[in-house]
Amino acid sequence: MTAPLYHLGNLTRVYGVRCVLEVDALDIYPGEVVAIVGPSGAGKSTLLRLLNFLEPPTSGTLRFCEQEFGPQDTPPLDLRRRVTTVFQRPQLLNRSVYANVRYGLQLRGERNGRAQIETMLREVGLEALAEQPARTLSGGEAQRVALARAMALQPDVLLLDEPTANLDPCNVGLIEASVQRLNHTHHTTLVLVTHNLFQARRLAQRVVLLLEGRVIEAADTETFFTAPRDPRAAAFVRGEMIY
Amino acid sequence: MNLIIRGLMEALRLIFSFDPALAEIVSLSLYVTGVALLFSALIGIPLGVLLGLTRFPGRRLLMALVYTGMGFPPVVIGLFVYLLLSRSGPLGQLDWSWLPRLFTPSAMILAQTIIAFPVVAGFTMVAVMSIDPALRQQISALGATPWQAAATILSEARMGLIVSLIAGFGSIISEVGAVMLVGGNIEHRTRVLTTAIVLETRKGAFDLAIALGIILLGLAFLANLAMLRLQGKTVDA
Repeated sequence: MTAPLYHLGNLTRVYGVRCVLEVDALDIYPGEVVAIVGPSGAGKSTLLRLLNFLEPPTSGTLRFCEQEFGPQDTPPLDLRRRVTTVFQRPQLLNRSVYANVRYGLQLRGERNGRAQIETMLREVGLEALAEQPARTLSGGEAQRVALARAMALQPDVLLLDEPTANLDPCNVGLIEASVQRLNHTHHTTLVLVTHNLFQARRLAQRVVLLLEGRVIEAADTETFFTAPRDPRAAAFVRGEMIY
Repeated sequence: MNLIIRGLMEALRLIFSFDPALAEIVSLSLYVTGVALLFSALIGIPLGVLLGLTRFPGRRLLMALVYTGMGFPPVVIGLFVYLLLSRSGPLGQLDWSWLPRLFTPSAMILAQTIIAFPVVAGFTMVAVMSIDPALRQQISALGATPWQAAATILSEARMGLIVSLIAGFGSIISEVGAVMLVGGNIEHRTRVLTTAIVLETRKGAFDLAIALGIILLGLAFLANLAMLRLQGKTVDA
């Protein structure tokens, strides 16, 4: 079996006195699509921030690409740059659409990314808006720019934090198709946080349920939705969990 | 009213006759203010970014000092620089050639830099702090180093940055107390528009004083207009 890309071992994240994440063990394998589901405040976004090295764990270790990182460790830049995130609210720079998609490549000192940028803009259907100021875009268009910007980097791991929340079905379809293509063509590992169980079922090969910061269930998608082991996961799938 | 009209006529006469004495005063005013603003930007912008984007022990104290500096009376700063550079002062005793001497444009630049840099730092700090923390997180998530992140945030806060420069410029172009104290208003050496206005008023040459005042106002207006134009360009960019 392939070695996991990520391994989280006895990992916690504490804010003040509140422990928001407490993962005993969780593996994420290269090229897979994992959906992280759970109620609000379950620690899903915190988990993504840890996976993107935006904040360190309070205790425990996070292994990525065979390298272990604890609370005091700073991952090297080249490793950090193999992962990126698309957040729920698209955060674009006050520049043109083209300049936004170019931004991540610029950070990496890549000057010849024109073809790549144009391909990504075509991928998300925004090539006609390349020169438009990014702040004039609609919510769906802005999210597609954020996705194009992330995909242009060809990351090993793309973290998606509720990327289609509050978007119309057309934009949802476009974004889902784009990330699926990215996964198929580049074997990019996708970790998707979503409240939409239909979306988790459509996209993911494996589903992880977080509840109060703990992993309650981690199973392949079919098992998760048809025969979950934990009764709380079953209640969550049936929509009976009150939170 | 008559005085003001005469002042206006005199101002036009001085400008269009290319009066060499006026040109000297105007160019020294612009030189002193321009160089002081440059130094203020070199100190104030990094300081504002540091205070706005990072957390370190003593940050709050430093912020309080910057805020105090923003409202510090220029004449007190002039007095401080005067005492510092005077022959018996701690810097006046040193025989370092690069140190500014009293009653020179360099001393005026030093005083104006001390007046303007807290203003630039304070406005820069507010400008970078007003950038959405979620955007800062996104910039890091895209793989920016701390330096790259700071540069990007500064670029995003460019409108506020221009405001900080306008405010810094405004705090020194019309300043008189400090430059009078450390410059001494010496003809052909340290006479600038503000000190010349004070002198002409004392002499009772009100029309000339008003003329110089109108020129000062015009210069300040043109400089601000230029910076606003730059700000407009950044909005359109």
